Amino acid sequence: MLSVEGVSADYGKSRVLESIDLTIDPGESVTLLGRNGVGKTTLLRTIVGLHPAAAGKIAFAGENVTRSPAYLRARKGIGYVPQGRGIFPHLTVSENLRLGAAAARQGPIPDHVYDLFPVLSRLSQRKGGVLSGGEQQQLAIARAMVSQPRLLILDEPTEGIQPSIVQQIEETLREIRGRLKVAILLVEQYLDFAWSIADRFYVMRRGRIVEQGSPRDSDPTGIHHLLGV
Amino acid sequence: MGHAAIIAGQAFNGVSVASILLLTALGLALSFGVMNVINMAHGEMLMVGGYLAYVASRIAHGPMAFLLALLLSFLGATLLGALLELTVIQRLYGRPLDTLLATWGVSLILQQGARSLFGAIGVEVVAPRWLNGSFAVHSGAFAGLSLPYVRIFIVALTAVVLVSLMLFIARTRWGLYLRAVHQDREMAQALGVNTRWVDLAVFAVGTGVAGLAGAALALIAPVTPTVGQNYVVYAFLVVIVGGMGSLLGTALAALSIGLITAGAQMFTSVSLADVLLLVLVIVFIQFRPQGIVFKRSRVMKEA
Repeated sequence: MLSVEGVSADYGKSRVLESIDLTIDPGESVTLLGRNGVGKTTLLRTIVGLHPAAAGKIAFAGENVTRSPAYLRARKGIGYVPQGRGIFPHLTVSENLRLGAAAARQGPIPDHVYDLFPVLSRLSQRKGGVLSGGEQQQLAIARAMVSQPRLLILDEPTEGIQPSIVQQIEETLREIRGRLKVAILLVEQYLDFAWSIADRFYVMRRGRIVEQGSPRDSDPTGIHHLLGV
Repeated sequence: MGHAAIIAGQAFNGVSVASILLLTALGLALSFGVMNVINMAHGEMLMVGGYLAYVASRIAHGPMAFLLALLLSFLGATLLGALLELTVIQRLYGRPLDTLLATWGVSLILQQGARSLFGAIGVEVVAPRWLNGSFAVHSGAFAGLSLPYVRIFIVALTAVVLVSLMLFIARTRWGLYLRAVHQDREMAQALGVNTRWVDLAVFAVGTGVAGLAGAALALIAPVTPTVGQNYVVYAFLVVIVGGMGSLLGTALAALSIGLITAGAQMFTSVSLADVLLLVLVIVFIQFRPQGIVFKRSRVMKEA
């Protein structure tokens, strides 16, 4: 469903991604591992359309989207939960959710979104900026789900969030994958969780994919070694 | 005529000048707040609106002709703004200095165009008959006060435009998109908001409102090829004092600047009043660089 072929990307004059190949099948859950600064976030931003690809090809649902602006990719069914959550601070929770519908150009917010995170219905008139980190993260995931994407891309969704909410987010992601059959591309430092939800993994180092496989036939300690943790 | 009447009359003049300033500044505030673009040709949109009102008033006659002129000014300046966005501004996003220079060039072209078409001498729009005359007070503390209907009309027009814009931004889906782009352009885009359209619409509506300002101005002063320059400087002051990208702040700033100018002109010459105004603005910015109303946004942080 998503295929990234030989994609490179630059920041100014320095190359930060070097011919990346990566694929995700419908409904599949893939995790992208690697230390800080190896280009994971840049790769996600390049797939979403917020960073230009200097070379290579990105195809989604059979269409070449390498040059498409981000809003068209969102409308084709890519949902994005960025690092730092990207909540609009001066908009209410319900306005943030309504923006999630911009991709689908649909009217009301579907109920299943509030089912994923019941806490949001209670907060719907609060401004996004006053929510706690955990609440913002739940809002960011819910917002990405409003348009019923086929692929959900998450950049460190448990970063800086209290453990009780982390567990809740994990359960919701399992549900999104299992019951809603949405494909997931996850960047996550919290390896146990990434490991338990992934069908396949990729490991990045200095802008390249250096290792890939399935958690079932790989030894986590070897990966720990690659990550240097 | 008592002191109270003189002061009230001058204050009212200040408010009516503030109205035109506000109509001019709204577009600047929007395009700066949302797109981080400074359009040096914004004053010429006012000028174009003024000339369009003049043309309309020469073609159409009758009591409602002036409303037609307003519509024509708005639509004409909106279209011109859209054209400017598509041909120049769009290609220079993220390059503020180049944008300044390019739009300044556009402003010179438009000024010369107006000079070639209409001559260097100003043209006037005769106010419709229903705006002739004034609201006069004959007794009480304000005896002798006289408020021209034309100026009352301008103030009312401005209030209607301001309230409509605020409602549009607060209540509609497009307004929501606009606020989202203002706060976090990338995230809005990643959620499926067509930021190209939002930018184009914001810019074009902003120039359209400046066109309205030109039509309103044509009722009380001659339209010349350089009329935009006179107003755009004050409009920039209004945007800076108001806090970039805030309509309420822009409105308050326009009111303050209009009143200060009108007040100062009671005691001194026009040029000295300008000096006083600039000094006050500089002092104000020293103490409150973010303007009267300020909302933090990503665009601002990068700027």
